[in-house]
Amino acid sequence: MRRYLIKRAGISLITMLGIVIVVFFIVRVLPGDAAAVRAGPYATAEKIAQLRAKYGLDRPLWEQFVDYLVGVVRGDFGTSVRTDQPVLGELLARLPASLELAVYAVVVATVVGVPLGIVAAARQGTWIDGVARVFAILGSSMALFWLGLLMIYFFFFRLGWFPGPVDRLAVGTKPPPMVTGFYTIDGALAGQWDIVWMALRFLALPVLTLGFVLAAPILKMVRSSVIETLASDYVRTARAMGVSPRAVLFIDGFRNALLPVTTTIGIVFGYMLGGNIIVEYLFSWPGVGRYAYEAIQTNDLEALQGFVIMVGILYVLLNVVIDLGYALIDPRIRLGRKVTA
Amino acid sequence: MSRTVPLDLPSPVAPGQSVIGRAVGELRRRPLMAVGVVLLTAYLLLALVGPMVTVDPLRTDPTNQLLAPSAEHPFGTDEFGRDVFARAVAAARLDLWIGLVIAVVSMVVGSVIGVVAGYWGGRVDEVIMRLTDVLLAFPGFVLALILVAAMGDSIPNVIVAVSVSFLPHFIRLTRAEALQQREMEYVDGARLSGNPPWRVAFRHVMPNSLRPAAVQATLVAGWAILTVAGLAFLGVGIRPPTPEWGVMVAEGANDVITGEWWTALFPGGMIVLAVMAFHFVGDELGGGEV
Repeated sequence: MRRYLIKRAGISLITMLGIVIVVFFIVRVLPGDAAAVRAGPYATAEKIAQLRAKYGLDRPLWEQFVDYLVGVVRGDFGTSVRTDQPVLGELLARLPASLELAVYAVVVATVVGVPLGIVAAARQGTWIDGVARVFAILGSSMALFWLGLLMIYFFFFRLGWFPGPVDRLAVGTKPPPMVTGFYTIDGALAGQWDIVWMALRFLALPVLTLGFVLAAPILKMVRSSVIETLASDYVRTARAMGVSPRAVLFIDGFRNALLPVTTTIGIVFGYMLGGNIIVEYLFSWPGVGRYAYEAIQTNDLEALQGFVIMVGILYVLLNVVIDLGYALIDPRIRLGRKVTA
Repeated sequence: MSRTVPLDLPSPVAPGQSVIGRAVGELRRRPLMAVGVVLLTAYLLLALVGPMVTVDPLRTDPTNQLLAPSAEHPFGTDEFGRDVFARAVAAARLDLWIGLVIAVVSMVVGSVIGVVAGYWGGRVDEVIMRLTDVLLAFPGFVLALILVAAMGDSIPNVIVAVSVSFLPHFIRLTRAEALQQREMEYVDGARLSGNPPWRVAFRHVMPNSLRPAAVQATLVAGWAILTVAGLAFLGVGIRPPTPEWGVMVAEGANDVITGEWWTALFPGGMIVLAVMAFHFVGDELGGGEV
């Protein structure tokens, strides 16, 4: 176990280093003058030279890289050109809003995707399976921005069931005292149930938009892994010994399918960390995705670079957590043997 | 060349049945695939012929702003009085073309790298796979986003950036396949007849390792359209007034809140339908388990 942990930590560190290297070189080395991009399309040559000196872009590349790497290790992701604030601080301040959106979306996707996947696997080839399959294809072909606009048009403009795409709470509402940064939880902790209700109503449309798209990969994974375990020898034995079909499906079929399903949910969550730029922009959600959008609009490469590195590092950490969970559950990994897929 | 042909080989075409007849039979047994093929054919026709019959997609008309869909303007007009249908059709040509180019570029480059990793193995493999892991540490959309942001907005840059973001899939698929093919007897045979390693790798192993990648490419063509349109929606890569589906949705997004739904919802629907068409075909090619 210890050897496994050390190896896993080593690979993660190398990947994180790779992330910083790749992002740094994408931004600095690719054609396109970093200083000119920062200065904007109407800058004078003088202004560009001034910026080049200010951000140290006139120094040798390797020196810039070492500086940047040391900064990242110390928690300094650079300074935003637009706001003149440290990028990491701005990102961390906006992270709870993104996480609240992501957690609810993944919960919705799991609640929809897992049961539908189990039913589709149990009734393989029937019309329910067909419905599940079309739902999965629809989800993986869906354009988030289009689905979001449909939601806004029907549920806000036509029916008026949910608030419009403005923020996390109605204009002028004071957010609950900060504990977790999740308005639904902080509001409940402070006993402000009207705030909890309002936060849920503002969450509804972006969560449904993301949840619909995220349910597709979960559904597919549940379906195929349940089908696989149902075809295994031990399920055949259980059946032969007279275990009821329902018990076989849920105890043998689903429990053994849990591992790949957990991984998929983890991957989906990781995708959320960066994939929600579109949804956060569409719903004016004040999270890290919206921050990245503003950075793009103002050519704030420093901020965008910080966002991408943060997403990459969170993604690696998430994978470590998933793998550790896996190792705890599955003795074949814990004991250092190879898993036969 | 000897002309003896083993007699027990199944004939590729059943007697009395044409190739077209066989294709129709196949499609009848697979309704989803048929839907996909019909949709893709319709899109291709629209992209090829459409721009010749519609009005100019860039012509503005201040007297006819934000008209609802009618016989004259099937998809209505936008805030500049431009015909939304003409723009959506012009965009079909651009988006389909970009999607296909990205699928081909990322498949070819990814497969070559994958075969090199799988066939040579050892340290070469190790380095390639670590680099692939780094690329996989970003959500593909974010990787494409920062690449375009750094290179600047242009259609070729978008194609390069989105192709790179899909590379890891193809590298992994082809590598896994090449690892299996490497052990086959025909590879030993090719090696023993004196072929240099690169020739064995690219003339013998690669063609036999391409099948999963080719299926994947069908799906990637759809996802590439989705990525390009998503970037354009955020104002990255392809910019207004170019007729492109993502650009059109971005331009029409504000109209939706005030009730003029047609400027954004028609082009967005065309994106989703196109991606679905690629998906139906790719899903069936992959045996329904993609």
